[in-house]
Amino acid sequence: MEKPLTKNIRPGEPPFDLEAYERAGGYGAVRKALTNMTPNEVLEEVKKSNLRGRGGAGFPTGMKWSFVPMGADAPRPKYMIMNADEMEPGTFKDRVLLEGDPHLIVESMIVSAYAIEAEKGYVFLRWEYKEAERAVRKAVGEAYKAGYLGKNILGSGYDFDLQVHSSAGRYMCGEETGLLNSLEGKRAIPRAKPPFPQTSGLWGKPTIVNNVETLCSVPHIINQGAEWFRGLSYTSDAGTKLYGVSGKVKNPGWWELPMGTTLREILEEHAGGMREGYKFRGALPGGASTDFLVEEHLDVRLDFNSVQEAGSRLGTGTVIVMDDKTCPVGMVHNLEHFFAQESCGWCTPCREGLPWVERILYAIDNGEGRPEDIDLLEMHTRFLGPGNTFCALAPGAVEPLQSALKYFRADFDQHINEKRCPWR
Amino acid sequence: MLSEEERQEIEKELEHYEYKRAASIEALKILQKHRRWVTDEGLADLAGILEMSTAELDNVATFYNLIYRQPVGENVILLCDSISCWLMGYEQIRDHMRERLGINYGETTPDGKFTLIPIVCLGTCDHAPAMMVGEKLYNDLTPEKVDEILEQYRTG
Repeated sequence: MEKPLTKNIRPGEPPFDLEAYERAGGYGAVRKALTNMTPNEVLEEVKKSNLRGRGGAGFPTGMKWSFVPMGADAPRPKYMIMNADEMEPGTFKDRVLLEGDPHLIVESMIVSAYAIEAEKGYVFLRWEYKEAERAVRKAVGEAYKAGYLGKNILGSGYDFDLQVHSSAGRYMCGEETGLLNSLEGKRAIPRAKPPFPQTSGLWGKPTIVNNVETLCSVPHIINQGAEWFRGLSYTSDAGTKLYGVSGKVKNPGWWELPMGTTLREILEEHAGGMREGYKFRGALPGGASTDFLVEEHLDVRLDFNSVQEAGSRLGTGTVIVMDDKTCPVGMVHNLEHFFAQESCGWCTPCREGLPWVERILYAIDNGEGRPEDIDLLEMHTRFLGPGNTFCALAPGAVEPLQSALKYFRADFDQHINEKRCPWR
Repeated sequence: MLSEEERQEIEKELEHYEYKRAASIEALKILQKHRRWVTDEGLADLAGILEMSTAELDNVATFYNLIYRQPVGENVILLCDSISCWLMGYEQIRDHMRERLGINYGETTPDGKFTLIPIVCLGTCDHAPAMMVGEKLYNDLTPEKVDEILEQYRTG
């Protein structure tokens, strides 16, 4: 089974330096793209590969890039930004790539930037990823010395500068337009779309923002072709996927597997099943802002389309498992505490609605819930849903809530009727 | 007054950005590196360099949870309170930490050694529960392991 994203990663050992990375075939995609392909040919290959965004939304990457104005009349400079602000609770996949193969990070930025003729790139990294920061800064330095970054890269005439930006907290920085505001030195509040960043992004210039894992697939697509990349997957969503599992399983961790691996295989074969004395009750398939899946969904393939058909989202593909000794109300309360805290306050439904949801859940969890609270919570899942807020934070926040009310309703009722949490 | 060292580091940072104010977050972090937290006086000096009003810069500073606008201790403990850590025993670690340090969230120990702050998911969920002390990550926490870590910083 091929594992292009993680082939160079040896957990517990330092990442490849430039020489080792080159020996393993590294920077081959930069060479190929910059000396043998036009930007448009790179773009077309990515389009054909059917690569979709690994940050959670699943938007087709090639299509996203195709909206960037090209040619001599395009506004400049143009920007390519890697979103390494991984802060979705339960998600730890980009950390693996950033710490484990920093030259792949650099190479993916060069090849992707070339496709949209960007002059400048940023790796937008959350402050807490210190080991990743050290690794990527070192790789950037080595790449400059070797002539992979800077002016006239490999004699191609293409210039590209890459900078690592360490952030200062807040989940909102991971939202595409919030990230752009933060990079401009402002509060990370979302921008109205349109205009979309592809035409008016950083400093009003054409900008692409992509997730770490998404961009890391690009050099491999250029090296081995779109058809090969599509063939890596079990389903129509192409490539491999970095899946992860946390919670009370025997072997929590991460694995690069074909896109479309079933939830059952990931939980039972890779994560080793539940720990002794614990039973599976449900799981968030792709971080905190995805709907619960339950036992009947164990054979769902974790790809974008299949998870959507099951009523949830692939999200980041890092599964959070809820066991039978964990209180579903307490779990959802923890999740909504996060979202209420991280709301940037820019739009009213999110700023006011999420703290209200949190307070109601706190009350229920502490035996002070009222029967009408269930209706209030259900009302919020609609009012905070898609179309009512500036960005996707609040709609994401209500996904675990609405599905918990669907699958674990009896637990909510029991809290309210008995005026206590049965798990305490 | 900014120190010469602070001023030089900030000016070097300004070179990376198209507009001065874009470096505001980096510059605030430089001040914080030298002073542990961003003082009112430092903020005002910095606003002058960045050609922003004090209110505009404070508007940015107070948005970001890792910019400290209040004094913090020698070591800031960021304890993850997000979902995977919560599932794996965060509450026990939190209670243990509060008891050992004798402080609540947002407080600093009387000897100035530790400040305790909750943090969102640290992205090490397969090794939960987790925390950072300063810039160092610790995971697979148990109450015993927490005691050992705190002891290192007490004596260190």
